[in-house]
Amino acid sequence: MRRLAFALAAALALSAPVLAADPSEMLKDPALEARAEKLGHGLRCMVCQSESIEESNADLAKDLRIIVREQIVAGKSDEQITTYLVDRYGDYVLLKPPFKVTTAVLWVGPFALLVLGLLAAWGFYRRRGVAGTQAPLAPAPLSDAEKRRLDALLKEDK
Amino acid sequence: MRRLLFVLPLIGFLALVAVFKWGLGHDPREIPSVLIDRPVPEMALAPLPGRPADSGLATADLKGRVSLVNIFGSWCIACVQEHPTLVQLKKAGAVPIHGIDWRDDPAEGAKWIARNGDPYERVGADPAPGRTAVDFGVTGAPETFVVDKNGVIRYKHIGPITPEVWKTTLLPIVQKLNAEEMKK
Repeated sequence: MRRLAFALAAALALSAPVLAADPSEMLKDPALEARAEKLGHGLRCMVCQSESIEESNADLAKDLRIIVREQIVAGKSDEQITTYLVDRYGDYVLLKPPFKVTTAVLWVGPFALLVLGLLAAWGFYRRRGVAGTQAPLAPAPLSDAEKRRLDALLKEDK
Repeated sequence: MRRLLFVLPLIGFLALVAVFKWGLGHDPREIPSVLIDRPVPEMALAPLPGRPADSGLATADLKGRVSLVNIFGSWCIACVQEHPTLVQLKKAGAVPIHGIDWRDDPAEGAKWIARNGDPYERVGADPAPGRTAVDFGVTGAPETFVVDKNGVIRYKHIGPITPEVWKTTLLPIVQKLNAEEMKK
């Protein structure tokens, strides 16, 4: 039983990084294949939304892997291939959207929110800090009567 | 001012609810096509086996009349669902419909049409890896493009055409495009 569990765990661990590209699709030239894979990892599989065409098993992803490789073999540059696909599928095909007016919110938004949050926190703590100096920081010193009572209590203890 | 600060989270929450509600009503697969208002891609697709030699689909075939270009395949289940509507449109003479048999064995595509009815004027074969379909920015089947008289793509419908879709979405577009003058 334990052996089976171990075998299963090992199989799962080993199967995780397997690529969807089947060997028949791969280019013989390792340098070109590496380029195709790098390019493919940045291209969205249009039917699976959040996977790249290199990772996906979808038919369309397979077609695009083949087309990307065809164009690489034909001597097209990475930019030319990217432009080819953006012309047909829009910026959405890029897993990393380009910085444009329409995507500015996407890129700048999180940082803008962070700055806003920091400003709000700064304002909040500054206001609280000011209020803090007005409130007594240390307890008021003991009055004479209190001191005498404290002395008396301490003496009692001895 | 103080009061406002307490209302702020509530306003934020309501804004989020509005965004989620809007998002839920959206089909993430419906990606706006970048091909709208662009000419039909260059293509010269072979006819399906057993059909007339001149019944393939080329770019020039889509000029002169408003037409539909329907992406289908014999493997596509939703296409079977859609098909009777196309056949009916053909019978009614509503609009010329052309087909692209996508990612398919052309012989299977021809059989599929023989079995399910033939609403198409022209059918081009685009076997895997479907280069013409990629040129059309196709992400799945069925998809249907409305092409105007100048051979420019004017609308893309993702998913099956139902009588409802035809009546409320496609027919008004076809009528509008029919009324347009052809550019010389």
